[in-house]
Amino acid sequence: MFQRLLRLILKELQVTLGDKKARLLLIVPVMMQTLIFPFAATLEVRHAVIAVLDADGSAASTDLVQRLGRTEAFDRVVPVHDDAALEAVLDRQEALLALRIPPDYARARLQGRIATLQVLLDGRRSNSAQIASGYLTQILQDQIQEARQKSGAPSGGATVALRHLYNPNLAFTWHVLPSLVAIITTIGCLMVTALSVAREREEGTFDQLLVSPLTPGYLMAGKAVPGVLIAVFQGSFIALAAVFGYGLPFTGSIPVFLAGILAYGLALAGIGLFISSVSATQQQAFLGVFAFMAPAVMLSGYVAPIENMPVFFQGVARVNPLSYFIPILKGTFLKHYGWPQALPLLWPLLAIAVGTLGTAWAVFRRQGA
Amino acid sequence: MIKATRLWALCRKESYQIVRDPSSILVAFILPVILLFVMGYAINLDASRMRLGLLREDNGAAATRFEATLRGSTAFEVLPGPSRALLLDRMARGQIRGLVVLRQDFSERLAEGRGRAAVQVLTDGSEPNTAAFIGNYVQGAFEGWQAEELRNRGLSAAPAVDVRMRAWFNPSTVSRNFLVPGSIAVVMTIIGALLTSLVVAREWERGTMEALLATPVTRTELLLSKILPYYALGMTAMLVCLGVAVFLMDVPFRGSLAALLGQSTLFLGSALGLGLFLSTIMRSQFNAAMAALTAGFLPALMLSGFVFEIASMPLPLRLLTRVIPARYFASSLQSLFQAGTPWSLLGPNALGLALLMVLWLGLTALNTRRTLD
Repeated sequence: MFQRLLRLILKELQVTLGDKKARLLLIVPVMMQTLIFPFAATLEVRHAVIAVLDADGSAASTDLVQRLGRTEAFDRVVPVHDDAALEAVLDRQEALLALRIPPDYARARLQGRIATLQVLLDGRRSNSAQIASGYLTQILQDQIQEARQKSGAPSGGATVALRHLYNPNLAFTWHVLPSLVAIITTIGCLMVTALSVAREREEGTFDQLLVSPLTPGYLMAGKAVPGVLIAVFQGSFIALAAVFGYGLPFTGSIPVFLAGILAYGLALAGIGLFISSVSATQQQAFLGVFAFMAPAVMLSGYVAPIENMPVFFQGVARVNPLSYFIPILKGTFLKHYGWPQALPLLWPLLAIAVGTLGTAWAVFRRQGA
Repeated sequence: MIKATRLWALCRKESYQIVRDPSSILVAFILPVILLFVMGYAINLDASRMRLGLLREDNGAAATRFEATLRGSTAFEVLPGPSRALLLDRMARGQIRGLVVLRQDFSERLAEGRGRAAVQVLTDGSEPNTAAFIGNYVQGAFEGWQAEELRNRGLSAAPAVDVRMRAWFNPSTVSRNFLVPGSIAVVMTIIGALLTSLVVAREWERGTMEALLATPVTRTELLLSKILPYYALGMTAMLVCLGVAVFLMDVPFRGSLAALLGQSTLFLGSALGLGLFLSTIMRSQFNAAMAALTAGFLPALMLSGFVFEIASMPLPLRLLTRVIPARYFASSLQSLFQAGTPWSLLGPNALGLALLMVLWLGLTALNTRRTLD
């Protein structure tokens, strides 16, 4: 019996990996994505353009403008000379934000009055603009602090000591790469498991399988194993690239990491097989995969944290395998996860796997009878 | 070259194929609505109600007052804990995203001032956006609170410079207002590129392409019959998206409808072109679908600038975004929804989309041969 299963798995692997284009499509995109997305998927603001209308032209205002140009956040400071030009630059999205320095800026500061600066943000990109305006405020604070020290005024009150654990420099790649392990394996594993049954259905070979002595359990194992293997290989590849290519720390336990991928692969295979059990064609299976995958990625906590979501979506996230797998990955990479921290996340994954595989099995058995 | 009756017949055949497959209706109408809601409400970049742990070892009046300030803020949900070890364990498990520690000497350090650290803040750096937010916010809250304490004691600490922020087009800076128009670009990529990536590959796989090629149908007719029905489907989906965004999600639409339809037409042209091109060269549905996911959906999500700022990317990636149709479309949509109809921005975007449309449709035409191999 075991030999029969082995043959079936080998056959499935040959079908999946035998086609040269298919092989390339399981490998090349993964490499490209590992190369591109860590640099693309960042909410940091760099190389932003800020427009400045300096109506003051004093030493203090010139100093502020020069400070802006020196930070990494702002690539270019575009000087404009009137309000119309300022508006045009924002309208055309040539600048992310604009700073208007009033004519009495330096005088007000000298006389101890409150000087008012106006910052205009492009609300079409309000998130980035707000982040950039945060940098602007920081630069302004530094300038004020220095001016105070020079004039010998008492240097303020107590401060806050801030430390970021697990990722001291808040590098976005440290957040993106573990999440990428999850997202990319999702595509590979789901596509392989969901489309393979549908292809056999379209080509008519599924009926042959159903009349063979193989039970639905065997059939499913034959389809699930290649998918899980692909998930393990793709996931490990990205993890290795993350550690050796991008210099991410791997602080947790490797067995926990592998157990996580395995449990996640099984959950995915269950979902893929369930989708394929209810689709008649490859197109339906593919669209089913997509209808699951796109919301699952959005709700995984990768783009925005789950606790920010409305209660309804938090409920949906609870049955989303990605929202357990990504914390396992981040935990093993950054947070020294071992079994005690990972087990509460592994059980739900296994439960999802059992649920989806069980449902798919029931559907296949009914179809076979 | 084009015979109207023949083209009409082919288009009808293709339309029946779309309408009679429930999955294409799912993709064209139901999925867009679901995705818009997910992206509009679930992707909330305006961090609020962050779970913040608090360890207070100082029972003095000042520490109590500062704790009350933190609790009063709508940005945090303050969760006090008995010990540092326990709170750090909670942070490792992701139950809290930051930890504020007020040590026993909080009051002394506060009284002493002179830049000494009175408050310690630890954040969960594995969520960089949230961590930065918590860091800035606690710092801001502490400075504001301290200034007020000084004022209450009759010591002035007025800020020397007052910065007035104003966000144009989106005064209350609701991230939904720019995420929803951007996600329409992603949704339309799905309809344009993903759905069509399968259609030609399917004809090859099932052998019906050979039957078609044995008829007098010309190359142009064949391509048009694949483009027109999906264009109609895409435009309908676009109107559904617009309706959902404006009427159900309260996203303002300030631009001109004609400009929107024009930009959508150009975008669909390039997205359909990409889908058909992949489908023509792949000839297998699995491969075409994988390629469309890789070349269509993921770049639309990651490189279109709808969440992740293009200007922040390194130069090679910034150049790469120029061949991604969703980049131009997302930018146009964000402006049309929020700013009106700025032609100085829409013009170049339209040009970019038109060039990409010519590129992909041209490549498809070149690769569509009326010979069997």
